[in-house]
Amino acid sequence: MDDKPHFRNVALLWLLSCVIMLPIVVFVLGPGLPPGNGSVQASGQVVDNTVLLATATPVALAVLVYMAYAMWAFRERNPEVVVDGPPIRGNASVQFWWLMVTTVLVLFLAAYGSARLLADGSGAGQGPNPIAVPSAPKGTTVLPVQVIAQQWEFTYRFPTYGGVETRALELPANTLIKFNVTSLDVIHSFWAYELGVKADANPGVNNVAYVTTKGPLTFHVRCAELCGLWHGYMFNTGTVVPRAQFATWITQQRVQYAPVTKLLPPYARTYFPQPLRRGG
Amino acid sequence: MSAQAKRAVVTVVITVVVCVAIGLYIGLYLVNVPGSVAATPTAAGSQLYLATVATAEASDPHNTWVSYYVVDANSGNWRHDTTFQVPANTLVHFTIYQYDTSTGLRNNFFSQPSGTVGPVLIDGKPTTVVNPMAPAHTFAIPQIGLSIPLPGANSSAKNLCAQAPCSLSQAHHTVSFTFRSPVKGLYRWQCFVPCGAGFIQGNGGPMQTVGYMGGFLKVV
Repeated sequence: MDDKPHFRNVALLWLLSCVIMLPIVVFVLGPGLPPGNGSVQASGQVVDNTVLLATATPVALAVLVYMAYAMWAFRERNPEVVVDGPPIRGNASVQFWWLMVTTVLVLFLAAYGSARLLADGSGAGQGPNPIAVPSAPKGTTVLPVQVIAQQWEFTYRFPTYGGVETRALELPANTLIKFNVTSLDVIHSFWAYELGVKADANPGVNNVAYVTTKGPLTFHVRCAELCGLWHGYMFNTGTVVPRAQFATWITQQRVQYAPVTKLLPPYARTYFPQPLRRGG
Repeated sequence: MSAQAKRAVVTVVITVVVCVAIGLYIGLYLVNVPGSVAATPTAAGSQLYLATVATAEASDPHNTWVSYYVVDANSGNWRHDTTFQVPANTLVHFTIYQYDTSTGLRNNFFSQPSGTVGPVLIDGKPTTVVNPMAPAHTFAIPQIGLSIPLPGANSSAKNLCAQAPCSLSQAHHTVSFTFRSPVKGLYRWQCFVPCGAGFIQGNGGPMQTVGYMGGFLKVV
């Protein structure tokens, strides 16, 4: 029986690798993780992703260090002398620590994720009755924006600006945005990547997602739910602009779309459009 | 030749055949793109004539589906293509003969034309908005913000065109508009009226198949 202190060696190597890798993960890789810092919620997601990566790093290192150590320490060129080691049975200490470490990790992740979601919703769709409502930046009010998905284009409606509907999405900087996401036909998903917003668009459902914008930004909007022939083309770009510029833009939109705004149905959280007389 | 050598030869031959077959499959897939129709150059840009019909021609594999067609303005011939080729950054004039009857829009927002240079003419009259229940189809290129509602033909007319090809003597609306083509690239276009009769919410069949109510604008 080999009497070398393998456990101690592996533990020391693992500890050393953690001391080297964790700062790299947290301070070098972390800030570059998606989705960037385009909004308060996006920045929060970068922190979340860094925490998750930092939590996973010691686990991954344990596996890799043990594998590398085993390949080196237990190498044997002569296949005739290779024998399997004695099976481990009933080792209470191993069982205890295995259960303890995995339980603590899982409970930590569950608690951390729940706390983060409850804090500000993390840019996710919260359904029609959101429970995590972030507070608006000082001196501002929440801006509701309805996202209407249809095969195959997103349009946007601004209830506080006469219910005007637009093709483009422009948002004021440093403002809490309340996205009311719905669909007129099948299931879509509103994914504003750099804003850190992702919310399913279901017909007949108002799915609310909050985001607090920061400075000027161009962001990409994509449908993230396979929705038919032109799903891959269901994208556009949006912008976050200074408030004065947003005020000018929304005024222009109201003028441009004045003829059709009169023909739109009254603003509602969901729509059940007619006609379907050609539908099967 | 030994048995081992024969096995090696057979293995090599089979491998080569399989690789060639895979290569052919991929190569044919890459080069097999839908045909396109080039816009006719004019003094003021380029011109395309299209038509929308209630059902494709009898010889079409889906001859009960609603469809777009390209119309040759000189010969009057109809072509069943929905990929149109236009030059980049030029004025493109479209004239669409709309023979189908109304279905109505699912989103009234699309009843206002947008993205054009100059007015949209429906039967020669400048139009800023149409009744949301009137469109039979739309012609839209979302990537450049172009959206044109196409009002349905009078459903009580006695000379409705039931199947392609149709003639100008049959009930229709003529919609013409101009837009500036974008930079080089492939842009999809589609109809936003749920006009796929017989399919769930009207959005199946011709709405989900390139060559009927959608296609590409190839800007070269």
